[in-house]
Amino acid sequence: MPNDSREKILRRIREALSVTAPARHLAHGGDQAAGHPPQDWLPDVPESPDALVALFEKNSRDLKTDVRRCADPAAVAAELATLAREEGWKSVASHHFALGDDAMRSLGLPALLTDAPYEKAALERCDVGISGCDVLVAQTGGIVVTSASAGGRALSVLPPHHIVIATRRQLVGDLSDAFDAVRAAYGSIPSFLSFITGPSRTGDIERILVLGAHGPKKLTVLLLETP
Amino acid sequence: MPAEAAQFHHDAERLTHDLRHRSLIQKALGGYYVKRDEQKAKYTSWQMARASAAAAKYEAVNHLDTYLLEFTAKLEARGTKVFWAADGAEAAAYIASVAREAEVKRIIKSKTMTGEEIHLGQALEKAGLEVVESDLGEFIVQLREEPPYHIVFPSMHLTRGEISETFEKMLGSAPADTPEELTMIARDVMRMKYCQADMGISGANFAVAETGHISITENEGNARLSTTLPKVLVSIVGIEKVVPKLDDLAVLLPMLATAGAGQNMTCYNTLLGGPREPGETDGPEEFHVVLLDNRRTALLADAEQRDALHCIRCGACLNVCPIFKNIGGHSYGTTYQGPIGSVITPHLRGLQSWKHLSFSSSLCGACSEACPVKIDLHHHLLQNRRNAIAQRPVWWEKPIFIGFAWFMRRPALYRMAAPMLRLGGPILHAIRGKFFDPARLWTGTRDLPPAPAQSFKEFWRARYAKR
Repeated sequence: MPNDSREKILRRIREALSVTAPARHLAHGGDQAAGHPPQDWLPDVPESPDALVALFEKNSRDLKTDVRRCADPAAVAAELATLAREEGWKSVASHHFALGDDAMRSLGLPALLTDAPYEKAALERCDVGISGCDVLVAQTGGIVVTSASAGGRALSVLPPHHIVIATRRQLVGDLSDAFDAVRAAYGSIPSFLSFITGPSRTGDIERILVLGAHGPKKLTVLLLETP
Repeated sequence: MPAEAAQFHHDAERLTHDLRHRSLIQKALGGYYVKRDEQKAKYTSWQMARASAAAAKYEAVNHLDTYLLEFTAKLEARGTKVFWAADGAEAAAYIASVAREAEVKRIIKSKTMTGEEIHLGQALEKAGLEVVESDLGEFIVQLREEPPYHIVFPSMHLTRGEISETFEKMLGSAPADTPEELTMIARDVMRMKYCQADMGISGANFAVAETGHISITENEGNARLSTTLPKVLVSIVGIEKVVPKLDDLAVLLPMLATAGAGQNMTCYNTLLGGPREPGETDGPEEFHVVLLDNRRTALLADAEQRDALHCIRCGACLNVCPIFKNIGGHSYGTTYQGPIGSVITPHLRGLQSWKHLSFSSSLCGACSEACPVKIDLHHHLLQNRRNAIAQRPVWWEKPIFIGFAWFMRRPALYRMAAPMLRLGGPILHAIRGKFFDPARLWTGTRDLPPAPAQSFKEFWRARYAKR
């Protein structure tokens, strides 16, 4: 379809903007905000790595994300084995990533890998999706995933349980730090990026919290203490 | 009175007397106030954060042409098609043509108020396509053939019992009595739909000019699934959604969550900057972004009220509004309810047909106080009133005020009037609001205080005489 409206809309915008709007947000002390990065006004983020981990854990707990600290890669494998037994996993979905490969091998379950083309219905039938991530955000208890870090766009949202394997070196303070880290890793922001902050939820019925509305009912973070 | 105003008065009158409705809304919002205040308290300064968020939106809206062009160029560079639509009909026609070319039959839609505004779902159904709402609240109101009740909480006016009945009737499900069971019924229905749909439709909360990404805020995961699994993705974006920098989201995303639902962040905040890239194994093969004007430029041209385009659709002003809490979302008859709806609807759909919403306000200012981007909402309601009267004056108002001023400048006259009010008071009380009462439109819903036995002047004179 030809797009004739583009120039028309731009002309209307330029005509409208020929009159300046009052900058009302600067009144009542609002001008004091100028010159500060906006992050200065958000919830405080500590400096020390230990405090960052603690804040991430606290915020995650409030959101009902299950964070388990793991001393070494063997502990990660052990946690996975425990979860597999408790939940009776039959099929697992994952992708190739440094922290996950060994754990997946020791789990010894048939795995759908999303690195190669896959059937979405098959992924939907998997009991769990195991992925990496880019960074963890302490201020919000969030996990940043991109296609490259988390096995595509669907692995972290389609199966009913999402497990993230990360190390404490991946912790950052706030969203702005997260954007910086992603830019540093890829040179630009990839075409898909998602902040995951807790398991899927809804309050649409009588404003009562229910987990697992459409995405995962459970979110587990296996946090490796050593690199 | 225009038909819109008559309908509004009728619906508002009915809901205001509906005590069941009132207690449902108060209960739902009670929890929200607690959570919102808990989160706000964590901010180093909520007030300064508001000023920062407002500054980002002010910059964007007042350089809208520049940022829209930057946003478009960045998106196109990564293979997204950007279509500029002057109105709803143009947007719907474009999306229908995309569907035709890609041989789409089934569409899964995540929540978009911009889509509601132009009745996109209905337009596509008319074109012979199956359209399913995936957001739980939207799905429920779609099954009931109702419009959303609230821009953030679409099914807030329904009880679990009503929702269960709707599911039994429309989906053939067994009766359920917990929100959890009901949510799982919808989840199961929707799982099939995600995998079968050939087109996903979403809205956007923000459009980042610097990087060429749309940003979608949600809690359920339905938007992530709707924008990932179907082979074609269309996102409909109002032109005012643009923000200059990616870092603006570092403050806007947490504030949207806090103001909107009392959360520190909503569950999923997703940035989409293009279709599936070489080397990626999933995501849509085609990505279309539709930029919608639909009279937003008319609001932009009103410099006095331009800041209404800062709105991030969090719904905070609805949640604190005494009018909204009494008359409910459906009474407004608009896509956008509450104070923000009363401010912008006259610009989007005609001042004379929608001015009545600006008169239905207590002017308490709770909305302006709640707004995370500092929109001067209650003053805009006054400005709409002023503009409406200036455009179409009410002939009897001026003579009445001239008469009132004449009377008030003559103390002798109102000294005489006071004893007359004492005499006539019982008569006025007897006919108040009835057919014989010439002021019944005013007195019908208001009490007339009894005339005091003595005026202040009489009291003072008597006191002085005693000494």
